[in-house]
Amino acid sequence: MINVDIKEDTFWERNRKTGGYLLRKRATQIAVSICRFILLFGMCFLILQPILNKISVSLMTEEDLFDPVVVSIPLHFTLDNYKIAADVMNYKVGFVNSLIISLTTSLIQIAMCTLVGYGFARFKFPLKKMWFAFVMLIIVIPPQVISTSLFLRFRFFDILGIIKMIRGEALNLRGSIIPYYLMCFGCMGLKDGLYIYMIRQFFRNIPNDMEEAAYVDGCGMFKTFVTIMLPEATPIITSCFLFSFVWQWTDGFYAGMFLGGRRLVSTSISSIVDSLGVYIQRLTGEKVAVSIAYSNCILSTATLMVVGPLIILYLFAQRKFVESIASSGIKM
Amino acid sequence: MEKSKTKKKRLVGLEKRKARAGYLFIMPFIFGFVVFMVRPFVQSLYMSFTSVELGAGIFNMSWTGLANYYYSFRTDPDYVRLLTEELLRMVIYSFAIIVFSFFVSLILNQKFQGRALVRAVFFLPVILSSGVMLGLESNNQLIENLQKTVETTTSGISITAGLQTILRTTGVGTRAFEKVFEVINNIYDVAMASGIQIIIFLSGLQTIPTSMYEAAQIEGCTAWESLWKVTFPMISSLFLVNWVYTVVDFCMRSDNQVIDKIQDMMVVKQNYGTASAMTWVYFVVVIAFVGITSLAISKGVYYND
Repeated sequence: MINVDIKEDTFWERNRKTGGYLLRKRATQIAVSICRFILLFGMCFLILQPILNKISVSLMTEEDLFDPVVVSIPLHFTLDNYKIAADVMNYKVGFVNSLIISLTTSLIQIAMCTLVGYGFARFKFPLKKMWFAFVMLIIVIPPQVISTSLFLRFRFFDILGIIKMIRGEALNLRGSIIPYYLMCFGCMGLKDGLYIYMIRQFFRNIPNDMEEAAYVDGCGMFKTFVTIMLPEATPIITSCFLFSFVWQWTDGFYAGMFLGGRRLVSTSISSIVDSLGVYIQRLTGEKVAVSIAYSNCILSTATLMVVGPLIILYLFAQRKFVESIASSGIKM
Repeated sequence: MEKSKTKKKRLVGLEKRKARAGYLFIMPFIFGFVVFMVRPFVQSLYMSFTSVELGAGIFNMSWTGLANYYYSFRTDPDYVRLLTEELLRMVIYSFAIIVFSFFVSLILNQKFQGRALVRAVFFLPVILSSGVMLGLESNNQLIENLQKTVETTTSGISITAGLQTILRTTGVGTRAFEKVFEVINNIYDVAMASGIQIIIFLSGLQTIPTSMYEAAQIEGCTAWESLWKVTFPMISSLFLVNWVYTVVDFCMRSDNQVIDKIQDMMVVKQNYGTASAMTWVYFVVVIAFVGITSLAISKGVYYND
């Protein structure tokens, strides 16, 4: 009690000594932090609100959806929506498929992009500027530009006419995953230009000395890369891997183009409203029109189920995501 | 003389070896670029001058000159309108995104409790609004209904609506105001699209040495002045990066109307030639726009080194 009194005394005394400056400063500080809190709270709410909405809707029964009294807290809690959505999407199969494909493709992509990024960061060779300009070009070119001809190319796949000679006709690689793996090997997957750029930027910031010491000690180029430079670059590599995994998980463009037949969570969610009608028809045996509210409710539930694993991943690896971009020191 | 010559030769040898190693390292990219980018790229350019017919197991292309371009500009009812609308939207939104993310990163750079949490929330859209998720968000009517209910129950205290009517009645620059209102009403989209930009700005802000601010303060600089005289020039190069990233990101979004139109042309109408022509027009316009604007911005960029 006494302590507090003394403190206040000194504060006012100090304030008087500074001619009111201290009080003004403290007041502006408090005002600023209140404003900041309101602003940030509002904006965070803005970003989180759709997810919160979806959570509340996904827990409602159908009658709650039409009840005007119920806005965001469901009257009858239920987990049936999750069951139905999982059934409609064939969630288990889709989840496993998505997991396998996202993991493998991002592993390939990041391995290749690390090699290329290292090559661009640490070696001098003729036409380097030109090749790097091409990297920038693939960042800028929307994949839609080349989608038509890529589509036709993989529909009638051939390498210099060899396959046609053997089999008599061109190979139809559509619906198989091989073309996409090939593209990943060639650094032409989803946003690979960006990864190359980020990894190159990171390698450029590592001092030259370590490499040179390794060369002097008789280490080869590749061995230096594996034993000296790779361990240094683990932060950027893990975060690029995380990015590539996440973007692959939600990607619909490449998945729709190459992996047509395969069940993935990203492709099944875009057609979930249609499949819901089919599903209910199969259950009840007659054609029923599904109400818009209910199909949207299932859509929200399914969205949550698709995004859920990513949110969990993000909760654990949040720092990796954010710090990677900060650490790569992007400049132009 | 002889010795130095051999030395030089050996250096060349090392450089040659390094160059070879460099090429080996970027080999995957060269392979992929040539096979999966150059050929399709050229082919799609060629296709835009032809009419493509899909037969059973084979496709034919017949040269039609500029007919596809003529069609997209003169005959197609929507294309030109969509293109101009989308470009205008791109300019306005990219600008809004840059301003928003600069502002947010300024706030997030200050020290306060729970900063890590707020940062995590602002970065969340990068994960949540990618790929197919973006399209789902916009056509979920249930969520819209929910929003409407919330809006109608709280309509009595809408400050923005009151402000809008006041600004509208002033009659000065009404059309410009309308655009601003539109952006403000869609602030959610802006926030969702600015995750990466915020982080890039933040990383830039953290590299500014505090001694600069201290010096400015001692010289009698207010916080407002040091924002424009210290912060702004120091991270001006990041404006360029963010601008390019934002524009490119915007024209690749899946809810882009021009892309929708092209997809429709390709998948529904099976008109590959015209689809290619439309894509190329869009692509060239966007590249030209990015090139010109980033050239203009790079004139104003200040480099500290």
